[in-house]
Amino acid sequence: MTGLFVLFIYVGIFVGAYLIVTRVIHPAAAKDYTSLKTVTFGDESAVRPNRWAGVISILTIFLIWGMFTGSTLLPKFLHAPAPFEGTLEFTYTAEAAGARDDATVTVIVHPREIDTDAPEVDPGDGFAKNDSATIAQWRTGLVRVDSNDEITKSDGAQVVAINGTPIAPGETVAIDNGTVTLSDKGTPNVAPSRGWQMEPLYLPPPEDVWTRTFTVINEGFRSFTLWEHLGYSLFRVVAGFLLGALVGIPLGYAMGLSNWFRGWFDPIVEFMRPVPPLALIPLVIIWFGIGETGKIILLFLAALWIMAIAARSGVSGVNISKVHAAYSLGASKWQIMRHVIMPNSLPEIFTGARVAMGVCWGTVVAAELVAAEQGAGMMIMVASRFQNTDIVILGIILIGVIGFGIDMLMRYAERLLVPWKGKA
Amino acid sequence: MSGLALQDISMRFDLPNGSSVQALENVSLDLKPGELMSVLGPSGCGKTTLLNIVAGFLAQTSGKLVLNGHEITGPDAERGMVFQKGALFEWMSVRENVGFGPSMKGMPRAEKAGIVDHLLDVVGLQDFKEKAVYELSGGMQQRVALARCLANDPDVILMDEPLGALDALTREKMQSLVLKLWKETGKTIILITHSVEEALLLGERLIVMAPRPGRIHKEYRLPFAEMGVGADLREVKKHPEFGSRRDEILGMIWDMEEEIMGRTEVAS
Repeated sequence: MTGLFVLFIYVGIFVGAYLIVTRVIHPAAAKDYTSLKTVTFGDESAVRPNRWAGVISILTIFLIWGMFTGSTLLPKFLHAPAPFEGTLEFTYTAEAAGARDDATVTVIVHPREIDTDAPEVDPGDGFAKNDSATIAQWRTGLVRVDSNDEITKSDGAQVVAINGTPIAPGETVAIDNGTVTLSDKGTPNVAPSRGWQMEPLYLPPPEDVWTRTFTVINEGFRSFTLWEHLGYSLFRVVAGFLLGALVGIPLGYAMGLSNWFRGWFDPIVEFMRPVPPLALIPLVIIWFGIGETGKIILLFLAALWIMAIAARSGVSGVNISKVHAAYSLGASKWQIMRHVIMPNSLPEIFTGARVAMGVCWGTVVAAELVAAEQGAGMMIMVASRFQNTDIVILGIILIGVIGFGIDMLMRYAERLLVPWKGKA
Repeated sequence: MSGLALQDISMRFDLPNGSSVQALENVSLDLKPGELMSVLGPSGCGKTTLLNIVAGFLAQTSGKLVLNGHEITGPDAERGMVFQKGALFEWMSVRENVGFGPSMKGMPRAEKAGIVDHLLDVVGLQDFKEKAVYELSGGMQQRVALARCLANDPDVILMDEPLGALDALTREKMQSLVLKLWKETGKTIILITHSVEEALLLGERLIVMAPRPGRIHKEYRLPFAEMGVGADLREVKKHPEFGSRRDEILGMIWDMEEEIMGRTEVAS
């Protein structure tokens, strides 16, 4: 239900922002060459990301996050209905030996982190006495209304109505700010209304994640600082990737240049390529344990095949005219290797390296989820066990940011080192 | 004995299905140093195969190739090749491309720089020296390819449709440049082309090849290359003999193409 509502809000903002930006703001925007194109539908080159859409998209995510977590960053009127907090009251009607009596139940609904005592209430008259109870927000509670009554359940007393509405075991009656369900054994189960917000246990508001970030930066997590966790993960990725490239690139070259190497390694490479590195984690743990060696070997294996295949296709992708030209310019085999095949394969190798880095980053996090002393994956795994959802979200955001950063860095290096890519 | 001699060159390709294709049959030719020969023929007549054999990229199934008294067995810097396109090294600047051959030989830096500078002047690319080759136009790229080939000072230059990918105007300018370079350097040049006009303009000798099996069908000695050096090529084309030769050769190739078409129709 709430999910559907979130979807409606999201779609509403999407459509609303589109109409506002395109009708009101965009016509005033500067015209470039693309805006003069009459055919844009189907012309992919005329499709550019709309800056407004990008900004609004990100803001919308935070807006909805804040709305449904009751974030203090948002004005109150934007919040989704909050869970009930305060005092709710209902009366129940007990029936025993043909007699009926009403009594009032006072329930204090309190935030989970604040312990509250049940209030003292006047017992009232009749055989059913008034009760009081406390229930934390988002929780339900059984109220043993008969425990202080003169005739208890074991004596044959039964709750037959709530707020005057007849009720039988298993049925539910709505009261102000909540519902009361009679359990199978006849005890009222009080459910204060939960509102539409997420419980912090499942989704903390953005500012909690933000403040938790600083706590983790300052105090560390599980005897390692945040930088150590991230640093370890990065170190493993870089070490595994470099080893994989160091072995994979020469292997790929050999496979691209020699029949024997191609025949020997083709079955191995073609078999290992579709095996997801994650499937190797159990075997790697059995063989090398959960320490650094195992992780680096896993990442080495993840990068190895990708790099080997990239180098191989880099060699086979060389235009034969270039090789012929180099030979008839007097180059030796080694010179052709050094001056033609290697530079010619660099664009392919860079593409492979980008893929390999992405796969390695994903694999390291997964491997750390399984077992590790430190690392980004271990951090979110352990945090989830202790229900520190804010650290889990923080970890996911950091993992995403780092993965994105790695890719940006690789693209930058590519532009710098192989400017001829795609220009042949 | 100097010059390039092709003695009874035959080339048979064995296909995986057991049949074989006779790409060349008993091709014999003698080129004196400094001769410019163009090769014409319908597609599938083995012109490119012939050029690849002379370059040393393919080994003939029978026959012998002799250049300046020694037999040709593989690619060598004495036989430079200019390709239609795609043979420049994108990762090198224009200067590095032209200096590739001398670099491979380990020529001293200063000497190499002198050669490169001179050749860039000759082909008119001095201002583009430090540019990346992919930033140049098609015509400029072919000028780089010519300069790169000349920088190695080969005895024979093999051109495989070097101007085929250029537009008509650039092509005309490049034809003049080829003639100029030929005259200035005195190299032996074999030039493969699809264009009859280009073959007539750039061929001191012109051979027309016939397909299946690839062989020399007819050979001409022509005055137009000599006339064209330093002259307006459009004037050369107005020469009455030029027109009649062009029509004659076009008819010849047309007939061959017709025959191939007819044969494939019968076969299918």
